[in-house]
Amino acid sequence: MSTSTSPEQLQSYTAPKEVLDEFHEMLEEEGFDPFAETANKRQIAARQSDYQKKRFLVDREGGVSKDAFADGSDSGSDYAEAMRMVRLEKEEQRVRRAIEEKERREREEGQNKMDLDRTPPREDLEAAAAAMNANTAATPRKKRRWDVVEPGATLPDQSATEKSTEWSKEALEQSTPKKKRSRWDATPADMSSGALGETPKRSRWDQTPVAGQVSNILATPLGLGGLPSLPLGVPFPSMDDKHNRYLSDEELDAVLPAAGYVIVPPPEGYALQNPSRKLLAPPTPHLTGFQIQDDSDAAATLAAAGLAPEAPTEIPGVGALAFFKAEDAQYFGKILKEEDESELSVDELKERKIMRLLLKIKNGTPPVRKTALRQITDKARDFGAGPLFDKILPLLMERTLEDQERHLLVKVIDRVLYKLDDLVRPYVHKILVVIEPLLIDEDYYARVEGREIISNLSKAAGLAHMISTMRPDIDHVDEYVRNTTARAFSVVASALGIPSLLPFLKAVCRSKKSWQARHTGIRIVQQIAIMMGCAVLPHLRNLVEAIAHGLSDEQQKVRTMTALGLAALAEAAAPYGIESFDAVLRPLWIGIRQHRGKGLAAFLKAIGFIIPLMDPEYASYYTKEVTVILIREFQSSDEEMKKIVLKVVKQCAATEGVTPGYIKEDILPEFFKAFWVRRMALDRRNYRQVVETTVELAQKAGVAEIVGRIVNDLKDEAEPYRKMVMETITKVVTSLGASDIDERLEIRLVDGIIYSFQEQTTEDQVMLDGFGTVVNALGIRVKPYLTQIVTTVLWRLNNKSAKVRQQAADLTTRLAVVIKQCGEDQLLSKLGVVLFEQLGEEYPDTLGSIIAAEGAIANVVGMTQMQPPVKDILPRMTPILRNRHEKVQEASINLIGRIADRGAEFVPAREWMRICFELLDLLKAHKKGIRRAAVNTFGYIAKTLGPQDVLSVLLTNLRVQERQSRVCSTVAIAIVAETCGPFTCIPAILNEYRTSELNVRTGCLKALSFVFEYVGPQSAFYCDSVVSMLEDALTDRDLVHRQTASTIVKHLAIGVAGLGCEDSMIHLLNLVWPNCFETSPHVIGAVMDAIEAMRVSLGPGVLLSYVLQGLFHPARKVREVYWRIYNALYLGAADALVPFYPDLGELTDERNVYDRHPLQIWL
Amino acid sequence: MSTAISGIRLTCVKRPWCNNMSSELRFTATTQTEHLHARYTGTGHADMTKYDWLTHQHRDTCASIVGHFPLSLYLAIGDNESIGRVKFEMTERMLQPCGPPPEKDDD
Repeated sequence: MSTSTSPEQLQSYTAPKEVLDEFHEMLEEEGFDPFAETANKRQIAARQSDYQKKRFLVDREGGVSKDAFADGSDSGSDYAEAMRMVRLEKEEQRVRRAIEEKERREREEGQNKMDLDRTPPREDLEAAAAAMNANTAATPRKKRRWDVVEPGATLPDQSATEKSTEWSKEALEQSTPKKKRSRWDATPADMSSGALGETPKRSRWDQTPVAGQVSNILATPLGLGGLPSLPLGVPFPSMDDKHNRYLSDEELDAVLPAAGYVIVPPPEGYALQNPSRKLLAPPTPHLTGFQIQDDSDAAATLAAAGLAPEAPTEIPGVGALAFFKAEDAQYFGKILKEEDESELSVDELKERKIMRLLLKIKNGTPPVRKTALRQITDKARDFGAGPLFDKILPLLMERTLEDQERHLLVKVIDRVLYKLDDLVRPYVHKILVVIEPLLIDEDYYARVEGREIISNLSKAAGLAHMISTMRPDIDHVDEYVRNTTARAFSVVASALGIPSLLPFLKAVCRSKKSWQARHTGIRIVQQIAIMMGCAVLPHLRNLVEAIAHGLSDEQQKVRTMTALGLAALAEAAAPYGIESFDAVLRPLWIGIRQHRGKGLAAFLKAIGFIIPLMDPEYASYYTKEVTVILIREFQSSDEEMKKIVLKVVKQCAATEGVTPGYIKEDILPEFFKAFWVRRMALDRRNYRQVVETTVELAQKAGVAEIVGRIVNDLKDEAEPYRKMVMETITKVVTSLGASDIDERLEIRLVDGIIYSFQEQTTEDQVMLDGFGTVVNALGIRVKPYLTQIVTTVLWRLNNKSAKVRQQAADLTTRLAVVIKQCGEDQLLSKLGVVLFEQLGEEYPDTLGSIIAAEGAIANVVGMTQMQPPVKDILPRMTPILRNRHEKVQEASINLIGRIADRGAEFVPAREWMRICFELLDLLKAHKKGIRRAAVNTFGYIAKTLGPQDVLSVLLTNLRVQERQSRVCSTVAIAIVAETCGPFTCIPAILNEYRTSELNVRTGCLKALSFVFEYVGPQSAFYCDSVVSMLEDALTDRDLVHRQTASTIVKHLAIGVAGLGCEDSMIHLLNLVWPNCFETSPHVIGAVMDAIEAMRVSLGPGVLLSYVLQGLFHPARKVREVYWRIYNALYLGAADALVPFYPDLGELTDERNVYDRHPLQIWL
Repeated sequence: MSTAISGIRLTCVKRPWCNNMSSELRFTATTQTEHLHARYTGTGHADMTKYDWLTHQHRDTCASIVGHFPLSLYLAIGDNESIGRVKFEMTERMLQPCGPPPEKDDD
């Protein structure tokens, strides 16, 4: 073969393209970390909404506050200062806003001059720069961040400008450094001056890298030293990450060729111009040159975090950890390296101890964690609140925190709180700052944890301290802070009782100073209502009175919040407490005429919740008042408004006082015009709301009214809309029946239903349910349409889509009863035959439905009339029983069980035997319903066939290896015993017990135990016959034997209680008793149960005489066991024991008399 | 009945013998029931003294007499007292029915 004859010869030989692609993919996957994505999701911050993330942005680090209740503690700031700080902050915010405004205006004016396309003339630029500088200089106390290099020179300037306003003067004079607000990130201006002396208490928590601390900080790259990561919502490219840090000179030398490159010196006069721009560039070693970092915290940290190839999991003094994250290094830097502990001061040692324990708790394996948690709890008071919280709280603010870590840290706080009790006072605010965000977490358990901590905190710190701590946050400038504070306050209220908080709440809600305070006060009431539910009832009047005036507040937001608060209160109080709302009814109803938009929505919501509380006549009056507004708002395009309007309509319609006539005439026409449009079916939530409201309206207006209005839409061309109509009709008909529907409507309805059922393209439950419900509700009236319906079904049963066939079968199941009612038996047998032919169906879901339909037909027709006859159906079912699909299994077992119950005689015994074998497998199905059906079927079959054959099958089955199937057989034996009488089985079981095979004997015992459990009092007849076997079993060497035998004894003893079998019971008790020293949990459990059962059948006196032998036995092990039995006995029958206690009068000595004299009286 | 004897259910009694329970039994399934039992008044333990045990018996006896009308009637006839008096005395008697506890010997 030459090349010319085969022109299509390959150029080169290579692997097929897929293979190459696959290799390529594998190559790409090399560096792929499958956990990277999930790791990100585990982090709490990564899932949170922007609003929740505000906790990183809002800067409200409260300093250590003064404990007003402790004597002589003058460290920390007190309430007055805290309040002043808040005022300062507000003023600051205001000024800042003013400046921004001014800047914006200037920029807009300057816009004309500064054409952005061209370079502006030099003088313009300079002027602009000067203006900007002037602005910044003029900013009094602009919040200083840690990253702003603070030249000492600015200080006099600043104070000079601040003198111009009175508040700043006062502030500056009073804020000695110790009272200076300590923020995480703000650098106190006078720190660097150093003239004002030592800062009294600086925890690492609020340490800031400033000039005074440079020496120590410079060695520490950003993010160490307890700084919270970043104030922005972006993942932080940390400097210590090896991927982000700058290349060192050495590394550059290694990378670049030696020749041809020079290091350019920085130009003369170069200085960092505007360091504030460099938000992310804090003083790091890279700016100051190379520094030897050996033996410092930072070195260890760096080694741990970025530079070392792997994070350590073994920390000196801590041991092995479950994991260690790079972020942990910044908090635990100090304990990452070995150091000479003898050189450390006591405080430092304490700090390290706390850190180790925290690290163990946060990152350790469960046992490590447990012991560490116990230690930290036990030593909490030794460590002191300060050092503990200084370490714990920053960890909780970490960005990369995960759920598990947060949970553990919160747990630590909880335990520690409990121990510290009132020592915690100075740290209440700090703790609140960290815990409050938990209250708005999306995770329910986080919210619960947060609530628990705050409630414990308030119990420890006391109401007065809580109020003085949280008061400043109530009118905080930031809404986020106010929101969380309100929630925290509601927790305090529930912990300490509403009455104690009421005076404060009233005062806050009436605050004249700021609307924010009023807003928050009302929100607190709202949150209390939401959280405490009906527990607000005793204080309802007070709470309503506290917020009522908010309805006429001049601030829109306050009015809205008041309405929401009232709605929450009314919802919590339902159905009581209308008298408390008397005062607000008028303002509310006037309010709905005055408001628009959001405010109106809130007012309507409140009204919606209050109306159901009213007496019928008032409800009707007020409903009429509000209906006008509601009908106007039907047209609203606002989704939120729509939802609220629907809800209010629903609530109004449900009240007793609203008459059907009113609903029919005044509400329905507008309602249907506005909401029964195709558009509503598209949004899932609207859809549901509309359906619910319509159903509620139907309760008043009647079926015919509602169905008549929408029935034509069953033939609408939009399928979602048809579905909405169908769902509504289903629900209405289910709750109200179809007797209201007249003939004409009936025709339209059935016609529409058949149409929409046939036209559906997505097969789901709605249409099917609707069809079934309506047809069943119409009952015999559906007869004229049956032929049409059945034709549809038959046609669809042969559809090529499995789903359609399944649905047709399901529909048959639902229709069977009605068809029988209408006397259309030939239709039923036609369906039966078609379904029978379909039993070869390959889709299990469809097959299950078909079998269920066949079963339903067999049910209504009866076994004798069934077409095809049951003797044909059953053999067809036998192989299907082997199908592993649950639906198929359940449907078939139900059908077979039914046949076995009603028509077993139509089927040859041989067929039943075959089914018996198959059924054994079903006894271990996962679904309980299947197991129960199988068990019942077994009983029926045994009844028809007689127990002998079935029993022999089952007993043989005990020999098989598989444990599961042996267990099933024992259960089945017990069922047979129950249905056919125990006398049929017990001899066979006893006989089988004589085999030497252990499995079989255990199986027999098990079966017997089930038998006695099932037959109950009948056991009395068989008690004596099994005693000899139990003797053997209870004296067996095998533990399991004795255990199972004890179980039998238990069931037997309970069964025969009071039936005169005491003699054999005593005998069995004597055999069981020695087993009470067993230690294996199951065995001892069974033995103790048997002994307790004996108490029932023999009486406690007999048992007491057994127990008395060992209560004061010299051996502790004996005493322990006997006392345990005694306790069980005592708790079971303390009173009955009284006459049986031994007479111990002889123990009487000069001090104590032990005679029971009352019992010695003889008449 | 035990609740009638003394209605207090001790919720967090720290009992010393819980710790020195024989070790292999501490982890068995019955431990829980045992703990539960130990919370009720009148139950006992391996280190119980005869005084404690008998005191409980006496209290139970008194409670039983108060609780069963025929018993109090019987006693009333025997003592030639009114039934109310019998019941009252029985109730009073529940406080240290066997006399003061024996003196503790310091060990």
